[in-house]
Amino acid sequence: MTFMSALAGAAALAASGAAAALEWNFPPANSPIADDIHWLHEFIMLAVVLPIFVLVFGFMFYACYRHRKSKGHAAEQFHENTTVEILWTIIPAVILVVIAWPVTKVVIAQKDTSSPELTIKATGYQWKWGYDYLKGEGEGISFVSMLATPREQIDAGAPKDENYLLEVDRELVVPVGKKIRVLTTAADVIHAWWVPAFGAKQDAIPGFIRDTWFRAEKTGIFRGQCAELCGKEHGFMPIVVRVVSQEDYGKWVAQQKQAAAAQAEDINKKWDPKELLAQGEKVYTATCVACHQANGRGTPPAFPPLAGSKVVNGPKEGHMDIVLNGKAGTAMQPFGKQLSDTDIAAVISYERSSWGNKAGIVQPAEVRARHK
Amino acid sequence: MSAVVDTHGHEHDHGHEHHDHHGGYSGIMRWITTTNHKDIGTLYLWFAGIMFFAGGMMALVIRAELFEPGMQLVNPDFFNQMTTMHGLIMIFGAIMPAFVGFANWQIPMMIGAPDMAFARLNNWSFWLLPFAATLLMLSFFMPGGAPGTGWTLYAPLTVQQGIGMDFTIFAVHILGMSSILGSINIITTILNMRAPGMTLMKMPMFCWTWLITAYLLVAVMPVLAGAVTMTLTDRHFGTTFFNAAGGGDPVLYQHIFWFFGHPEVYVIALPAFGVISQVIPAFSRKPLFGYASMVYATAAIAILSFIVWAHHMYTVGMPVTGQLFFMYATTLIAVPTGVKVFNWVSTMWRGSLSFETPMLFAIGFLFLFTLGGFTGLVLSLVPIDIQLQDTYYVVAHFHYVMVAGAMFSAFAGIYFWLPKWTGRMYNETLGQWHFWLTLIFFNMIFFVQHFLGMAGMPRRVPDYPLMFETWNKISSIGAFGFALSQLLFLYNLFTTLKRGATAPQKVWEGADSLDWTHLPTPVPYHTWETPPVLK
Repeated sequence: MTFMSALAGAAALAASGAAAALEWNFPPANSPIADDIHWLHEFIMLAVVLPIFVLVFGFMFYACYRHRKSKGHAAEQFHENTTVEILWTIIPAVILVVIAWPVTKVVIAQKDTSSPELTIKATGYQWKWGYDYLKGEGEGISFVSMLATPREQIDAGAPKDENYLLEVDRELVVPVGKKIRVLTTAADVIHAWWVPAFGAKQDAIPGFIRDTWFRAEKTGIFRGQCAELCGKEHGFMPIVVRVVSQEDYGKWVAQQKQAAAAQAEDINKKWDPKELLAQGEKVYTATCVACHQANGRGTPPAFPPLAGSKVVNGPKEGHMDIVLNGKAGTAMQPFGKQLSDTDIAAVISYERSSWGNKAGIVQPAEVRARHK
Repeated sequence: MSAVVDTHGHEHDHGHEHHDHHGGYSGIMRWITTTNHKDIGTLYLWFAGIMFFAGGMMALVIRAELFEPGMQLVNPDFFNQMTTMHGLIMIFGAIMPAFVGFANWQIPMMIGAPDMAFARLNNWSFWLLPFAATLLMLSFFMPGGAPGTGWTLYAPLTVQQGIGMDFTIFAVHILGMSSILGSINIITTILNMRAPGMTLMKMPMFCWTWLITAYLLVAVMPVLAGAVTMTLTDRHFGTTFFNAAGGGDPVLYQHIFWFFGHPEVYVIALPAFGVISQVIPAFSRKPLFGYASMVYATAAIAILSFIVWAHHMYTVGMPVTGQLFFMYATTLIAVPTGVKVFNWVSTMWRGSLSFETPMLFAIGFLFLFTLGGFTGLVLSLVPIDIQLQDTYYVVAHFHYVMVAGAMFSAFAGIYFWLPKWTGRMYNETLGQWHFWLTLIFFNMIFFVQHFLGMAGMPRRVPDYPLMFETWNKISSIGAFGFALSQLLFLYNLFTTLKRGATAPQKVWEGADSLDWTHLPTPVPYHTWETPPVLK
């Protein structure tokens, strides 16, 4: 039986400590809670499930073998036994009480998000994650993290990277050994923030803030995916966390602050149209292409075309408003909260100048003025 | 048979001598106007069969796309429509109607009633279904297609869907109406139309499980109707039940949905338990062990099913006391479920076993359903569930319950009762082949999905990272093998109906409910005009 051999295999591997390395078990744990989850799972499988399984089906298969009509076994006619029936009601109940104790301890620990050393808000968007460092070292850092796997690898059968669908343009960076509290929320529909190695999964619910926590024990890169169906690109919004030493974390924070200051400056610069369009194409490919498509035709009616669109070819103000503020009840999000004014100007310019549209370009300063 | 005389038949059948008349109409009108419980049972079963193959085709689209990494066959939007409709069709179109079909055929015969209590209502309960199914299928042809929300129809993703969502909502309303009416009929029939001497505690276990299931349905289908109606008004009439911006809460939808959804699991499982409780004693040639405790365990499962719904929602972020309450309540279900499994094994113990196709499917059910029960225990524990929630482990778990549980049980029922109903014997060799192929391919599809879930593959994704490729390939190959094996069943079914060997008067040596002991094979069109008297 497949299950038996798998269980026997799991038992042998657990004993040798190698189970965690195989792709048919949990990925290696990198937080105390994930350790607890692995331990609990092995305990339940080996101490509860396996013995009951062997016992019950031992009886069943023994009966199938020995109590066969073809062997001339005559049926007995007994059909109840109060003692046995009471026993097999009470014993499982007692087993449940016994396992409830260690499990309850883990549930309480998992829920305890108090006194974090760093608090980060993860916001689910269709289909990317926004991160805001709210409290602790790095406070004020804010960026959007989205899939970095090129579309050719997904749609066109190009050779796939090792981290296909598990790579992002900007990783979430956290220090090792610190208690990190992750607040989750969402802008549109429900998403779920999940990193298996941390044993941390929390639904991100629009309009509400929920939280979870982890404390990474080792440095390295840890990958996960959105776990709640959130529409078309649900399978394409990974989560990548880079756990670094305290020292490297300090350097990273300093770098981020510098970059933010540099960006604030070039907002007032008047951009050369070519430069703006090149930047716009990049932003479009990363942010807009999943819905509106590379050819600007969209997939109507849910995702309208931009080629020949009234909004795109109409007044700049209308175009800027819909990109900045989104459109309620649709997948069109308020990108004013996710992209810099420069990027918004670039992508609007790109849209107004592509696929036969000839509506001219928009400068970052104009977007800034419109951005309330 | 001597005590049973079919006199009713001759009242309408002027001038014709043949015994098996079918009311006043023939051809298609017979089926549209029929109020005969056997005809309606047949209609339910054919409908379920057609839906089973329709839902199965959608599963094949899913597995074909997941055969290897990258998007090859469909776009992600259509993929989501497939997962949604596969779920809705299999649950509401295939499994539930299949067991209502068994109930229609068997309950009156088993309790000694001439028909269902409300014969015309029974006709309407069935004929609502094709309309609901049509609406559901039409949603594919609406702008934007069918909903891509998953069968759970979670808000606020439902607000973003096209008009296909509204078609689905109305289809769910009609399906719910059909279930409620059918349930009222079953409850009334069982409580009022048992033959003299057929006390509740003498009823075959199948009738008991359906009595309890019918109460569950009456209780929870209106709740589902409420949930989808709120979705409808949120979409079109400016309400904000599930929208925080208007003071609502998306999680409210999940609470309402799963208050329906968890009892729904037992709506599917309990009649399956009922079929198994008829089949195992028959092929063990021994009475069902612990009849009374079986009844109590079924009732206990039904009652517990109302207080465990939020175990589907451990990751929404409820308070720790909520998580603990729902975890303890959920693990409690293991106790009555354990009682049932122990009783079935004890029924086999020291029996005189033979392994015809119905018994093979029953043993397959017992073995694999119990595996699904074990993974259910694993998932009931909050910390482990948080790791496994919304992964392929959950997909594996509920397919062990739905396919190896309900569907194996439905096959057991078909092979068990078909000879009695039609008077024709199916081909035993083909039946056994069907069982073994189904068993092997089922495990090939779903056993490996436990590994995928543990390794971290989320469910409802159209594409996946490279490390999941091997198991997905195996699973997809299994799916196509599984589908082909079902063609064997179709072949066996059609050849049996057309030219199957004549079934003997007593088809199964050990079967002992009234239908087997007192009615001829094949059963006449009308039975029990004169109720049997039980001592």
